[in-house]
Formats: sequence, structure tokens, C-alpha cells
Amino acid sequence: MSIEIRNIKKEFGNFTALDNVNLDVPNGELVALLGPSGCGKTTLLRIIAGLESPDHGSIHFHGEEATDRDVRERQVGFVFQHYALFRHMTVFENVAFGLRVRPKKTRPTEAEIHRRVHQLLELVQLDWLADRYPPQLSGGQRQRIALARALAVEPKVLLLDEPFGALDAKVRKDLRRWLRRLHDELHITSVFVTHDQEEALEVADRIVVMNHGRIEQIGSPQEVYDNPASPFVYKFLGNVNQFNSRVNEGQAHIGDISLSLNQHHSIQNSNALAYVRPHDIEVFTEPNGEQTLQAIVSYIHAAGPSVRLELQPVNESDTIEAEISRERFRELALNQGAHVYLKPRRVQVFLETGTTTPS
Amino acid sequence: MSTTVSQLAHYNAKVARSRATSEPAWVRWSLIIIALLFLSLFLFIPLAAVFTEALRKGFETYIAALVEPDALSAIKLTLIAAAISLPLNLVFGVAAAWAIAKFEFKGKSILITLIDLPFAVSPVIAGLIYVLIFGLQGWFGEWLIDHDLKVIFAIPGIVLATIFVTFPFIARELIPLMQAQGKEEEEAGLVLGASGWQILWHITLPNIKWGLLYGVILTNARAMGEFGAVSVVSGHIRGMTNTMPLHVEILYNEYNYAAAFAVASLLAFLALVTLALKSYIEWQSAHSVIAAKPVDE
Repeated sequence: MSIEIRNIKKEFGNFTALDNVNLDVPNGELVALLGPSGCGKTTLLRIIAGLESPDHGSIHFHGEEATDRDVRERQVGFVFQHYALFRHMTVFENVAFGLRVRPKKTRPTEAEIHRRVHQLLELVQLDWLADRYPPQLSGGQRQRIALARALAVEPKVLLLDEPFGALDAKVRKDLRRWLRRLHDELHITSVFVTHDQEEALEVADRIVVMNHGRIEQIGSPQEVYDNPASPFVYKFLGNVNQFNSRVNEGQAHIGDISLSLNQHHSIQNSNALAYVRPHDIEVFTEPNGEQTLQAIVSYIHAAGPSVRLELQPVNESDTIEAEISRERFRELALNQGAHVYLKPRRVQVFLETGTTTPS
Repeated sequence: MSTTVSQLAHYNAKVARSRATSEPAWVRWSLIIIALLFLSLFLFIPLAAVFTEALRKGFETYIAALVEPDALSAIKLTLIAAAISLPLNLVFGVAAAWAIAKFEFKGKSILITLIDLPFAVSPVIAGLIYVLIFGLQGWFGEWLIDHDLKVIFAIPGIVLATIFVTFPFIARELIPLMQAQGKEEEEAGLVLGASGWQILWHITLPNIKWGLLYGVILTNARAMGEFGAVSVVSGHIRGMTNTMPLHVEILYNEYNYAAAFAVASLLAFLALVTLALKSYIEWQSAHSVIAAKPVDE
């Protein structure tokens, strides 16, 4: 079932949680609402579920207006941040709850309930825990039971609030891959909220980046990572170096070097911010005759798949971070305090007015 | 070798820690003795006195004091007052705590203050309020006489006064508990399609049952033991409007000490049972594995 969100506004007292939000979630997609805490992403999720009502705007499910539809009739599954499992019921009863509370006419028989609950517990690979109580489970197990419970009512939309937020790093990684596979199997329209960009980039079909109650950018993981629409998205998705620069007739000037852009040809001497990802910085030990920034290696982080360098530019005060492969690092034979020459491979410039251009 | 060393280090650390954080023996013992002396003086000795005085003239006098008609009528009235006020306060307490803990609305702080009112007001004043409203010279006095209804100096007045003094107990017990539990489980129930009643029965009540039971026991103890408010509205008519605490007072004023202490010992016994139940409930809610309850509408 597709979801259309139109001009949603929501205020809590003086705080604007959502400011004119528009969003389409196509049928069967897995969409991530990504943003820092307080950006309105959880409020948006709760409005889709019907747990909050918007001050203004409308929600449509499958083209039908559903803004005032009762939560119970929305056919959504909701997985809460802290799972909200019923602590006095067994795992089995937790999953069966949504079926048991149905009116007599539509309630499945006891045998049917048994069959479906065990089917769901098998789906989340926890059939052997049916008789346990929630306090006896680990965080990852609770998470999967919460998911099974949400799926028991055969929702048309699955909503997950920070689904992996309370888990430790290892379990989180396993679970999000598992969620992705599960989604590929079930093809149920899903929206999940997260503040973890890595999680959103890995799991989602599409990412909705939010900040201060507004949507900053919507796009596939690759789109938002490679072509961020605003400085905020640039900074929020991964590490980035920020340079003060000047744009003049299609040329960006950072310190002594200038790079040609394929936009801003008519701009005369405007201040701008330039962004370069750490892995888009080339490091040389010789000037090479090219236009480069001179810097001194101030710290080397060699643990991990690639080597991260903290660099102190000669003419600027802010440190620069560069990421190079281990092979390249060996080739260069760098030491702390070594003089290096930097060349941005790929730069994106935002004029002070806020327009954007990839080079 | 290395394990022995580390074990030794661990042991030393333990000893050092306990020495570092505790007071010298004489401080500990004087504090314990002061506490014990205080408790004996104000609790144990009076409690023992109640039972010894009650049995001073022998067991037969004791039983006789309890089975005489006026005493039986006082016991009966006390049970009636508790039996009516308890369920009413149970419903009110759960409703108020549910509203306060799970919803946001205007006037919430006023409601909380109102619930605390009986704690703040002297019970005698609570009794007087009902006399002013329902008494002969009160607002509804003439109307009640015209319709041949008696509130003051009758059972309804006693029940009203009892409800007034006991109504904070359950709500006060439940509000912090329900606030701590939050409303995520209720919301989960809602999304899964449960109706308001189903959520109350299958999610909210099972989660608060120990706190609720605790509140009920405190309410019951107070309902049976209340003196001030009931004294004002009762009129002290023997065999008619006397509750157990009032009956004790009358007997005592008539120098019938053995009988007074006999009835008092019943109330004291009730207090001991209440304490035992309270400890049991606290132990249960802390240790028990939560019992399962199938959801069948």
C-alpha cells in the first residue's frame, strides 16, 4: 500500500515538530526517515500510524484519505523503539494478541491462531522461545518478537521507530541485514526511523533526510551520499571536510588552488562553502606540478580497512581528514609530521545563497 | 599461580572497600540501639499493652466483649463501610491514575491536588463538611427530611466520610507506577486493534496488579480504622451508628477497659495482618515470575 503525505504540520506548544512535510512512499518500498534527534522523524512516523494527529495536512493510504481514520483501522504494524512487548504475557501470547482481540466474527480459530503464531515465530527464527516472558529475552530477541507481533495482524504498512537503536553494534549489524532480507521476502511497504546514517544507507531503498521539521532531501542511498542537496545533508551523511572558498565565473578557489565547476559560470566573486569527502582527497609526497594544498600529517589512524590521516594545512587553521587505502599508505611511507600535498578529487560547492553544484 | 594472586588481590580489594565505606562499630551499634529503643517505646510496648490489657480479665471476658450485640453491630457497620468504600475507591483510583498517567489534559495538576486534599484536610473537618451539607440545618437538610432520607447520624454519612478520607490511597499508589511504565504498551495494543476495554483488561491492569493490591490493602486499613471524620457524622448511637473505633472510645469512657481493649485488639490484629500482606505483596512484586494470563476477550 502506498502512502502519500501532504503538507503535514505539527506543533507541540511553541516547538514546530513538522513544517509542511510532503512525502510519497511507493508500494513495497523500504524507506528510511533519517535525521538528528528532534528533527520530527518519529512524529512523522507516529502521524502515519495514527498515534498523533497532524495540526494541518492530510495522509492518504493507497490514494484514499486516511487522516482521520482510527489507528485500529489503518492496518499498520508498528515496532516501538523499546519494543513495548507485553511484559506479563509469554512470547506466544504477545504475538497472538492482535488476533485474539479481534471481534468474534473475524477472529481466527484457536488452531489457526496457533498455526499463524508459530509460522511467524519461525519467520523470525525464535520458535523455541514461545513460552518465555519478555524480560527473559535479549535485546535482539525482543526486537524480533516485536516485529513478529506487528506482522501478525497482516499489516499493509510496517512502521519501525529506531528499530536497532537500543542494540549493541554487532547485533545491530546482523539484524539490519536480516530486516533487509525479510523485506525482500515480504515486500511490505515499510518506513523506519533512524539517526544512524550507516544504517539508513545500508538498509533502505530510499532515504528521507530530515532536519528541523523539514525534509532536506529524498533519494536513493547513492544519490543522497554522492549528491547531497544541502550542507546539512553533506555533514550528516558521513565525514566531510569543509573549506571556505570563493566562486568566480565557474571556478572555485580554495586557498591557493582553483577548481573548475560545471555551474556558476555567471557568478562573480561570491563566498561559498566547499565540501570534500575524506576519500576524495588525494595525498602526494611531492608537489607534482599540480595545484595542491600543502599540509603536515598530524595524526595517523591505521587501524581498520583504510588509513585515516589528520592533516594540518599550512595556510589554514581547520584540520583536514583524508582517507587512503592501506596500499597507498605503504607506498607513501608516511610518518607523523611529514609534509604532504593534497588534491581534492571531487568537490561540491554551496554558495552562501544556498544553491548547489557538483563539479 | 597467577589466579591465586588475582584472587588474593580481589579479596584484598573487597576488604579495603568495605572498610573504606563503612562507619566504625560503635557508631553502627549506637544507631541500631537508638532505633530499637525508639521503636520499642512507641510501637512494640503499646502493641503488647493492647493485647495484655484485652486478656487481663481472662479469655472468657475477652470473647464476651466481642460477641455482645453492640460490639457485633459495630463490627458489622465497620465491615459495611469498608465494603462500600473499597470498590468505589478502587474504580475511582484506577480511573484517576489512568487519566493522569496516560493522558495530557488541561486541569491535570488541579485534579492531582484534589486527590491529595483528604491528606491535607483534618478528618474532623471532612466530617463537618458532610454535616453542613446533609445535616438538619444543612443545605439539603429539609429536602432529605421531606423525602424521609437520613444521611447524618446514619450509615450513608459514615460511608461518605469513609470514602472521603480513603480516596487518595489507590490513586496515589498507582500514579507513579503507571507513569514509570509509560504508555508504549497501551499504544502497541491500540495499533494491534484492541479496544479501550481490552487494553485496560489485558494490558494495563495486569501491569499494575501488585500496586493496585497494595493500594487496596492500605485503603481497607484506613477505612476500618478511621475515627475523626466518622465520629462527627455518626452520632454515636450504640448498636446503630457505632463503628469499631467509636465503640472502643465509648467503652473506654465508661471505664470498661477490658472490653475496650478487646475490641481494640481486633483493630490491632487487622493492622498486623495488613503489614504482613503488605510485605508479602512487596516481596511478590519484586521476585515473582509474572503469571501468564491468556487473552480471551
